[in-house]
Amino acid sequence: MSGILVVQEAGRNRISFEALAAGRVLAGLTGLTLETAAVGDPNATVFVESSGPPPAAAYAVQHPLLENYTSDGYVLALEQLIRKLEPSYIVFPHTYQSRDYVPRLATRFGQVLIGDVTGIEAGPTFVRQLFQGKMNGSYRHPGDGPCFLSIQAGAFRADAPQAGTFTILPFEPEIPASAIRAKPGKRFRGSAQTVDLGSAPLIVSVGRGIKDAANIPLVQELATSLGAELAASRPICDAGWLPMERQVGSSGQTVSPKLYLAVGISGAIQHLVGMKGSQCIVAINKDPDAPIFEVADYGIVGDLFEVVPALTEAVKAAKQ
Amino acid sequence: MKIIVAIKQVPERDAQVRIDARAEWIEEAGLQFALNESDAYALEEALQLKEKHGGEVIVVTAGPERVGPTIREALAKGADRAIHIDCEDLGARDALGVARLLAEAVKSENADLLLTGLQSDDLGLGQTGVIVAELLGLPHASLILHVEKTDTGLTVKRELEEGWFQTIELPTPAVLTIQSGGNKLRYATLMGIKRAKTKEVRRVTAAELGSDAAPVVVLERVSLPQKQKTTQILPGSAKEAAAALAEKLKFEVRVL
Repeated sequence: MSGILVVQEAGRNRISFEALAAGRVLAGLTGLTLETAAVGDPNATVFVESSGPPPAAAYAVQHPLLENYTSDGYVLALEQLIRKLEPSYIVFPHTYQSRDYVPRLATRFGQVLIGDVTGIEAGPTFVRQLFQGKMNGSYRHPGDGPCFLSIQAGAFRADAPQAGTFTILPFEPEIPASAIRAKPGKRFRGSAQTVDLGSAPLIVSVGRGIKDAANIPLVQELATSLGAELAASRPICDAGWLPMERQVGSSGQTVSPKLYLAVGISGAIQHLVGMKGSQCIVAINKDPDAPIFEVADYGIVGDLFEVVPALTEAVKAAKQ
Repeated sequence: MKIIVAIKQVPERDAQVRIDARAEWIEEAGLQFALNESDAYALEEALQLKEKHGGEVIVVTAGPERVGPTIREALAKGADRAIHIDCEDLGARDALGVARLLAEAVKSENADLLLTGLQSDDLGLGQTGVIVAELLGLPHASLILHVEKTDTGLTVKRELEEGWFQTIELPTPAVLTIQSGGNKLRYATLMGIKRAKTKEVRRVTAAELGSDAAPVVVLERVSLPQKQKTTQILPGSAKEAAAALAEKLKFEVRVL
């Protein structure tokens, strides 16, 4: 048992650097050294670029069978690296990829991933959200053996790169072809992207609180009065009330407009990661405890069916 | 196809959850409980596969007595039978502990497919299905929106981030965690509800499954999240609050 190993994800630099920043917080609390690893070519950007002070070492995990992601391949490769390095903590960015294989990897060590971590405190204690963001839970890893963590997007600030060099060490795991059971296909987009929410300066977004497809025009009118794009949280698009391309959140688009006005959106983590970088967030919700108010600059606690039409009128009046 | 669907009962989405006196969990008394949303989609996928290819759908869940109505709901929607793992201390177990119970309970069924929702609406760990796959030595795929049976196994549609998808081929038996929204959920019919009363619910206790509760990670404390920003709540009637907000948008946010 020695250090902290941060496993970065190639092609996902920002969230990888945030995981690296979380690793440094943990290093500060425990006094352990920090190393990094990533699956891929040593020339890949995740190694060439860096953030913060250089790590003690960086392992480039390489194998022809790791070229396309499979959980079987990644579990096998990282299991071997972890057995070799014997780190006390293994830190991952919380991406769809890590949630696909890290629980399985942790099970190989008789461990449980503490996933989607938003804070690291003395102890160390790891904070993650419960009940769709309504509560926080503080977790501890009291036992022996490595502690697996994944870090939520945006929870830690990636450090600016600092001068210095670090050694990149190749690591070649043994992976028999028969160990890979899934055959991954090509990635594809769901539908033609005709709405670019990412460049919209103003967004009005609607969630479950709208109750019925027939009520969508109410919010559309507000968006029109503001000159804003209409967006939605996942359940609205799942129900087919608005097209998928208008979805904001981890499975939809990530936006950071000048104004994000959330109507009837409670603010589950998956939604917040897609919009919390907005310059000004306004929330209209009947539940004063809704997590959306944790990130909102302005809020109205009330019935959206009364507030939204009144706001549309007030906006029209203010524009005159 | 023999399909197992692992489901969980969770507090209803709009329930007002309150932290308990010891700040270790929530006050459960008086709470309304419901079938976890993505588990409902897993059940729907299983029922549609059965309708296309024949076979059997078995639901499995772990929890105390109160999970009974959730099991009945799944049976009323069309599951053929159920396994109830009687477990009063579910909250004391971590994801591995719960997955061990589920894996032990379904092992002897030798099913072709095991489905579950991608995460629970209460703890939101999003791991149980993946861990069960590892414990049973089966391949898995997560965040699945669509499942198709092929001659050699399955073709599934996996959701990736930011509007991307991927098709994956898997041999069976396999474990899939299902994302919400892939299908339209059915309601239980009156006939279904009536039939559910006669369907088999096999009860096993956690002790019979030989799984001890000692967790590797411990949820020590539950707390209210700290605000990341100071929210200015605009008071008054709907009309007053709306007028005040329009003012802010015009003079402070400067978007009007």
